[in-house]
Amino acid sequence: MLDKFIAERLEAIVGAGHMLTHKVDLVTYSYDATADVPRQIPDVVVMPANVEEIRDIVNLARDRGIAIYPRGAGTNLSGGAIPLHRGIVLSFQRMNRILEVDAENLTATVQPGVVIQELNNAVAPHGLLYPPDPGTVNTATMGGSVAENSGGLRGLKYGVTKHYVMGMEVVLANGDKVRFGGKTVKNVTAYDFSSLFVGSEGTLGIITEITVKLIPAPKFRRTMLATYQSIEDAGNTVAGIIRAQVIPATLEILDRKTIEAVEAYAHVGLPTGAEALLLIEVDGMADTVVEREAEAVIKTVGENRGVLRLANSDAERDQLWSARRAALPALASLNNTVVLEDATVPRSRITEMLVACGNIGRKYNLVMGTFGHAGDGNLHPTIMADKNDADEMARVHQAVEEIFETALRFGGTLSGEHGIGIAKMKFLGNEIGDSGLNLMRSIKDALDPSHLFNPGKLVPFKETSHAGR
Amino acid sequence: MQAGDAGAMLQSELDKCMRCGMCMSVCPVYATEKNEAAVARGKIGIAEAVIAGDLALDDPDVIDALFNCLVCKSCMQSCPSGVQFDRIILGLRAAVVEKNGLPWLKAAIFGALKQPAVLDGAMKAGAALQGLVFRDHPRFRAISPRSPFAILGKNAGFDGERLFPAPATNPLRNRVLEVVTAPDVKMRVAFFTGCSFNYFYPETGIDLIDVLTENQIEVVVPKDQQCCGTPVLVHGDVATARTLARNNIDAMEGTNARYIVTGCGSCGSAWQHQFQELLGDDPAYSERAAYWGAHTYDISTLLTDVIGYRVPKGSVEAVVTYHDSCHLKKSMKVAREPREILRAIPGVIFKEMSRPDACCGSGGSYALTHFETSSDIAKRKAADAAGTGASTVATGCPACMMQLLDSTHRFGSKQRVRHYISLLAEAYRAERESEETNAAAL
Repeated sequence: MLDKFIAERLEAIVGAGHMLTHKVDLVTYSYDATADVPRQIPDVVVMPANVEEIRDIVNLARDRGIAIYPRGAGTNLSGGAIPLHRGIVLSFQRMNRILEVDAENLTATVQPGVVIQELNNAVAPHGLLYPPDPGTVNTATMGGSVAENSGGLRGLKYGVTKHYVMGMEVVLANGDKVRFGGKTVKNVTAYDFSSLFVGSEGTLGIITEITVKLIPAPKFRRTMLATYQSIEDAGNTVAGIIRAQVIPATLEILDRKTIEAVEAYAHVGLPTGAEALLLIEVDGMADTVVEREAEAVIKTVGENRGVLRLANSDAERDQLWSARRAALPALASLNNTVVLEDATVPRSRITEMLVACGNIGRKYNLVMGTFGHAGDGNLHPTIMADKNDADEMARVHQAVEEIFETALRFGGTLSGEHGIGIAKMKFLGNEIGDSGLNLMRSIKDALDPSHLFNPGKLVPFKETSHAGR
Repeated sequence: MQAGDAGAMLQSELDKCMRCGMCMSVCPVYATEKNEAAVARGKIGIAEAVIAGDLALDDPDVIDALFNCLVCKSCMQSCPSGVQFDRIILGLRAAVVEKNGLPWLKAAIFGALKQPAVLDGAMKAGAALQGLVFRDHPRFRAISPRSPFAILGKNAGFDGERLFPAPATNPLRNRVLEVVTAPDVKMRVAFFTGCSFNYFYPETGIDLIDVLTENQIEVVVPKDQQCCGTPVLVHGDVATARTLARNNIDAMEGTNARYIVTGCGSCGSAWQHQFQELLGDDPAYSERAAYWGAHTYDISTLLTDVIGYRVPKGSVEAVVTYHDSCHLKKSMKVAREPREILRAIPGVIFKEMSRPDACCGSGGSYALTHFETSSDIAKRKAADAAGTGASTVATGCPACMMQLLDSTHRFGSKQRVRHYISLLAEAYRAERESEETNAAAL
C-alpha cells in the first residue's frame, strides 16, 4: 500500500483528479494486451501533464524506493506495461499533444501520449506519412511504440519505429531532463542516444517528447492476393519477388490453419485446402514504377503456381486485406487464450520456419496457426489454448520454447517487434549470451542504479528491493 | 434465462476478450475520461476481478464503473474478437440490481412504466405543470429550467441552459386513431411509437404516419403498446423489461399487421434483438418474439428496401447533415437508408459530417447522471455537425434528437434538429400544396 505521505505528495504534483487510488481503477491497470503473463495491481496511477511533473514524480519515487511503470495505451504484447512489483503507473493519457508538424523539414514533434493514427491524421493534409504501423495504430501511443520499437506491416519497405526517431527528451532516474537529436538528418554529436532509448521498454528513462521523421505518402499502389497448394511455392515467391528487385510495402503470409480459421470466421472466399496465402502490396510515387513492380510480382506468382487475385478498386483492396486483418481474430475465436509469438528469421529461411512451426504445433498436439510478415521474416506463430487446462498450457510453454530455439538456430531472433518484456526475458541469454546480458546490466546499472523504471522487464536482474514490494 | 446460464454466458463473453484495447479508439466515454475503467476492456477487467472475488459487486465504486457506459455499442463494432459487450454490461447491471435492489427513485419511475395509466397521468401532469419549472423557447419548441430549479439541477446538467423538448400536453397515441387508413391500401403495418415520440415528439410520429399513408400503407397504432423496456434494461431491471416485452408482443398481435415499424433506434433494436434474448426461455413467447424480431423494420428500411417508396416531388430547401444513432446503426445496422432518403428529397443538399456515427452522448438518462462526460461527448458531436455548415441536423432516433437539441444550442451553431422522416413528410406536404395551388389555378 502507498503510504499517506506519498499519496499526498503525488496528488500535490499532478493535481486532484489526475491520480487514481481506488481499487476498481487500479484493477484496470493490472494488465496489458499480453496473454499468459502475471497480472499485478499498482499502488497508484498518476497522469502528469508535463515534464516537470514527471521529474517531481521520479525524484519522489527514487527517494522513497517506489517503482515507476510508464504506460501509453497498454496495447503491448510482451507484458511491458504490467506493474509487476506494484508501485506507480505513470499514464501518458494527458500528454497527448502534437507539438509541431514541420512539413519543410519532414518532421513531427509529439508528446508521448499521442495516438499513432492521430499523428498520421495530422500529417496527411501535408501529403506526408509516419510509416510505422503496428496492428494497434488506432489506439497505441507514440511513447509506447517508441519504447517498444514497434514494427508493423510496412516494415519490409519502410522499416520500423527506430528508423523514424530523430530526437527525444527523456527524464532520467537521477531526475535530470536530457534532450538529444533533433530535426537534422545528420547528427553525430555525442552517443546515439535515440537508438539507446528506442526499444528500451521503459527500463532506462522516461521518454517525454519525441521528434520523428516523416516521408511523402506514396501516391499509387497495387494490391494482390495469391494462394498456393504448397508452402514452398509461397516461400519461393517471396524469394523470387526480392530477387526481381521489388520491395513490396506489404508482403504477408498466412498458413493453412490460419486460412481455414479466417474462412470459417469471415467467409471471405478463400480456397479451402490452400496451404499458404500471400498478400502483396506494392506502392510508390509514380504510376509506371508501381505498375512495373506489380507486373514483376504477377510473373513471379505465376512461375510458382500461385492463384492470383488483383484489386482494381479500393473496395476490392479492402476485400483482399480483410483476409489478413481477420487472421488474429479468427484464430483467437478458437479458444480462450491466444499466445502470440513474433520469432523472426532471416527472410531466406521463412519457408523452413513455417514448416518448423507446423511441426512444433503437431508435436505438442496444439492448435496453432502461423501468419505474419513474410517479407521481413517476422512470423506470428499463434497458439490457441484453454487457460484452465494446466496440461495444455504446459505444452504451450514447451512449444514456445522450441519455436525460440528454432528461430535462433536459423540465425533469427526471439522477438521481431513485440519486445522482451516479461514474457521472453528468460530466453534472452540464449540469443545474446552472458556477455550480452552483462552489457545490458551495465547499461541499466549506469542509468538506473536503483531499478526505479519498469523493474522486472527486459533486463534479467539479480533481485533488488523496492518499497511496496 | 437461468442464473447459471447467465453466468456461463458472461464467462464466455469475458473469455473472448484478448485485451487488445481496440475499444479505446471508439469509446466515447474513454475519449473524454481517458482512464481505463471507462472503456470496455477495463470493465471486463473489473468483471473478472468481481468473479475472482477481488472486488465486490456491491462496492459503490464498482457500481459507478458499471453504470458509466452509454451502452452505445461502439466498442462492439471495432472489437476484432466479437465480444458482445452489451451482454456483459447489462448482465452485470442486472446482477447489481438483483443483489442491491433498484435504488428507490429508479424503482418508482420504472414501476410507472409498467402501468401505462400512471405513466400517462404523470407525463400529462408534467406537461401541464411545466410552465412552473421551465421557461419556453418557442423558436425551438423547447423549454429550459427556470432559475430556482436550474440552481438545484446545476450539477446534473439540469441548469438554466439546458434545452428539453417540451412534453406534449396531448401525447401522440391520444391524437391519432388506432387505425389510420390510406387510399388504395397496399399493406398494413403497426407503428410502435415508443415513449419519446408519444410524449415528446408527437408531431414527428404524425409525420411518420403521413409518410406511410402517402405510400398507400395503412397504419395501426395499438393503444395498449408500452415502453420498449430499453431504459429499464440498461439499469438492470430485467424483470420489468420482460414484462414490457410480453405486453408489447400481446399488443402487436391481433393488429393484423405485416410488419412492425419503428422510428427510434432503441425501440427498433428492442424488437429486433432484445425481446428474443429476454424471452428466449419463455415457451409462451420465445417464438413470437423471434417472429416479430424478423418482421420489425426501421421506417427508412421499410421505405427503401421493403416497399420501394415514392420519391416526393415537393422540395425542402435545406443543407442537411446526418447523425447516426448508435442503436440504429450499431444494433439495427441502418445507416445507408436514411441517407438515401435524405439525398432523394428535392432541394436537400446533403453534407456528411466527420465521424457521423460517433455517439451524441445521450445514452438515455446517462446525459443526466453523468453530465460532465456526456457534455464533453456532445461538444465533439456539435463541433462535427457545425463543421459541415448544415442548417439542419437530421437523425433517426428521438433520444438523439433530445440530446442534439441541447448540444447544438449549447455548443454548436444552433441548427434545427429533425428526424429525417419529418423532412420527407415535409416534401410530400410541399408536393400536395403545389398540386392544390395548381388545381386552384386551373
